[in-house]
Amino acid sequence: MSSADLTSERDLPPEREASAKGDLAPERDGPRDTGLDDASLHRWLARTWRTPPGVIGALSSVDHKVIARRYLITAFVFLCLGGLNAVAMRIQLSGPQRGLIGPDLYNQLFTMHGVTMMFLFAVPIVQATGIYLVPLMVGTRNIAFPRLNAFSYWVYVSGGLFAWVSFALSMAPDVGWFAYVPLSGPEYGPGKRADVWAQMITYTEVSSLAVAVATIVTVLKQRAPGMSLDKIPLYVWALLVTSFVVVFAMPAVMITSTFLILDRLVGTHIFNPAEGGDALLFQHLFWFFGHPEVYIIFLPATGMVSAIIPAFARRPAFGHLGLVLSLIAVGFLSFGLWVHHMFATGLPKLGASFFTASSMMIAIPNGVQIFCWLATLWDGRPVIRTPLLFVFGFFFIFIIGGLTGVMLASVPLDLQVHDTYFVVAHFHYVLIGGSVFPLLGAAYFWFPKITGRMMSERLGRWHFWLAVIGFNAAFFPMHIVGLWGMPRRVYTYPAELGWGNINLFITAGAVLFFLSFVLFAFNLVHGALRGAPAGDNPWDAGTLEWATSSPPPSYNFARIPVVTNVEPLWAERDALPVATGLRVDARELLISTVAEAHPDIREKSATPSIWPLLAAIAVGATFLYSIFTPWAIVWGAAPIALTLIGWFWPKGDPEDEE
Amino acid sequence: MKRFASIALATAIALFLQGCAGWQSALDPKGPAASELAWLIWFFTGLCAVVWVLVMIALTMPLMMRPRERAGPLVLDAGAEGRKLRVVITAVGLTALILVGLTLLSFFANRTLAAIGSDAVLTIRVTGHQWWWEVRYEDATPSRILTTANEIHIPAGEPVRLLLTSTDVIHSFWVPSLSGKLDLIPGHMNVLDIKADKPGVYRGQCAEFCGAQHANMGTFIIAEPRAKFDAWWNDQLQPAAAPMSDEAKAGEEVFLKRPCVMCHKIGGTTAGGTVAPDLTHIASRQTLAAGTLMMSRGNLAAWIADPQGIKPGSHMPGVDLNGDELNSIVAYLEGLK
Repeated sequence: MSSADLTSERDLPPEREASAKGDLAPERDGPRDTGLDDASLHRWLARTWRTPPGVIGALSSVDHKVIARRYLITAFVFLCLGGLNAVAMRIQLSGPQRGLIGPDLYNQLFTMHGVTMMFLFAVPIVQATGIYLVPLMVGTRNIAFPRLNAFSYWVYVSGGLFAWVSFALSMAPDVGWFAYVPLSGPEYGPGKRADVWAQMITYTEVSSLAVAVATIVTVLKQRAPGMSLDKIPLYVWALLVTSFVVVFAMPAVMITSTFLILDRLVGTHIFNPAEGGDALLFQHLFWFFGHPEVYIIFLPATGMVSAIIPAFARRPAFGHLGLVLSLIAVGFLSFGLWVHHMFATGLPKLGASFFTASSMMIAIPNGVQIFCWLATLWDGRPVIRTPLLFVFGFFFIFIIGGLTGVMLASVPLDLQVHDTYFVVAHFHYVLIGGSVFPLLGAAYFWFPKITGRMMSERLGRWHFWLAVIGFNAAFFPMHIVGLWGMPRRVYTYPAELGWGNINLFITAGAVLFFLSFVLFAFNLVHGALRGAPAGDNPWDAGTLEWATSSPPPSYNFARIPVVTNVEPLWAERDALPVATGLRVDARELLISTVAEAHPDIREKSATPSIWPLLAAIAVGATFLYSIFTPWAIVWGAAPIALTLIGWFWPKGDPEDEE
Repeated sequence: MKRFASIALATAIALFLQGCAGWQSALDPKGPAASELAWLIWFFTGLCAVVWVLVMIALTMPLMMRPRERAGPLVLDAGAEGRKLRVVITAVGLTALILVGLTLLSFFANRTLAAIGSDAVLTIRVTGHQWWWEVRYEDATPSRILTTANEIHIPAGEPVRLLLTSTDVIHSFWVPSLSGKLDLIPGHMNVLDIKADKPGVYRGQCAEFCGAQHANMGTFIIAEPRAKFDAWWNDQLQPAAAPMSDEAKAGEEVFLKRPCVMCHKIGGTTAGGTVAPDLTHIASRQTLAAGTLMMSRGNLAAWIADPQGIKPGSHMPGVDLNGDELNSIVAYLEGLK
């Protein structure tokens, strides 16, 4: 935005009362962006919001874009590692009685595949995309709680390393990603493998919760003036609902893993039926998290679809309100159907029927979303570019997964297909079709905003077709072999059952699907280094992230935009109105009211700090140590307390002292 | 789309060529429960396929339509929006109707399944172990209670009640051509009713991950005419056959001196272990090590000589035996019909 763009200026409210922030007396109020010309405004803001140079500077960055980029890259690395696990498993299963991988390694492979994909890839990558995009899309300069955000990344990456180092040491969990007791309990899971599972889960979910809290506050309190609830972009709505689901679901799995570690390490009998505990309690707690987890992964993907389709169909999403209400409905309903993972445990029949009904019901809001997207596409001839292609792939694949989900929701039918390859096929159709394909579309869509360059359209199309063909070749036959009786999590099978040929075909498809990601990685690197310059808004999309330059400056927006429409860039083709009055010598954010997004107060955003990293190391060391002795919690408390004191030590206001 | 179609076609052909002939297939039902479920599977699949095709048509239509040039973002037309709204609401309403129908359908299927076991003639207690099945035939007369392993004999055409539990971890009992699966959970007792329409051998397999040898935890249901079943039961109640040849006699001696007796039971001898399968009539079973190997002299020898090589991680240790000892034990066990 240049000064020529300014069509209206609004005065911002005064800073919080001096009593609330004693060190910010009005007379020390620094220069504001009100009267500055463009060049000096950029200079001021760049100096105020920069990430300090050097290694320590990089490690202490609290810029949401810097952290999100790290998150995205790390999650992509974990995706590739999890994919390699899958290829190794498929090679072992390509024929009956193959002796390439024994049961010990195989059981670690599928456990690590599930753990990596669910906890180290799927949830982090959707959250990372949100960390990058949400502040830009709501028109603010940084995420809420930037240091907590930095902390969450360090926790996540060390949790992932913890799991993968244990795998390299042949100490990885081998009890399945949901680690049912008693198999993972003290009696049947000797060694430290299940402890690694339990502590890694608790640990990485700390980071997930932190991001969710930051996202909620960013969306509810930092929106640009005028972005009332009905003008929030659908992607941001999706992230908001997801973050609430995270806040309510993640504690359930953290309780599960904590109960497990207590049983294993302290000698409690929470899950031990011989001492009055119950193995089924584990499953109820786990799936109370585990089912919403699917929607934690899926809802942000629907947000991506809701961003991509309007941009290419060249019109706002049809049924904006309906889409928002469906997101909220899915968020609520996702908590009411965990039992459909447990039909085979022999629940009372009437109760099971209730969960059949509630599971089927969630198809209704999902149907609303799909019909609204179709209506959006119908209204015109969409411009077909790679991001939209992946959205078509999403429709093609996800709907099959959704329909087989309806089959699984039926109690009697589930009793035949539960824990077979049919289920493996189903949830890969849902998770890859419903989440990875939109994510790939989103990668092509927002890549220019992140790097300032375009990815190759040609390679993108190759990537798309390879992915679609490889995916369907790998996963569609699994439905069939599941109905033929092949259970999941078997490292081998007898030749007489006749599953050999179809498994060979599946393996070939899996290899092809993996290769499509190699092509994607090449396209990413090639695009980042050699791609054509993108410009601010290469797709002529309508939401705020496209209003700033690509890649955005550290302060996101030189002047805070004022929003009058869901697609502000389409409503105001010539110039976006802006609000001014924020200080330029301090990291000031505009805080607005929850419903109407009226400017409310100005608030300081945190400065770079190394303490979040040190705190994450202290927390990580405590968790690692705790798989050996419960005393770790006692000894670990000291370094954690120390780092937190460092983090929150009142330092006055360094910017005022400069 | 052509490519998708050819993939779908190829898999459909594969299904018809290879499928439906499975030993362990839900699509090849051999009992009333599995038949009800197979019907339900096909019905759901057909309906879902129709829905999917309709959505795909709705998705590809706008691509096929004549281009309407539209450079900038669209200005919305209120009338067109209203028409689209009606279409969307209709589609959502239809979805809801279909879902209500499917819910009712599964509810009634559930009742049909529950009705199968109402007049069960026989109760069998199946206990899951890492990695084999303990099978106990209940009877009002205590002396007729029978305990075997891994293979379940039932009278054909008669409903049988299975009581499922586990002593270690969670397993799941699943014989797809007869019925859906049900878990065996320590501390819980689940009830599964099965019925085979005709005599035959139906394979089943543990369906819940239960540790290192989950893959090799097979079972067989052997449905026989009533008379044959009763005769089998009476045979099984007899103590183990006394060894006939000298070699077999030597084998019995070796067996009883070795750690084998810590875990295994052989009726009529001093071997009384209960943590591993009862071997009293082992040679009458079709497989060894819970469906891992077919029963034969060679496989018996291979299994005893190197259980960890065949089923790595299983709880049967390798016992140090010389060639003569191994041969004699095999000869002895072979006689335990």
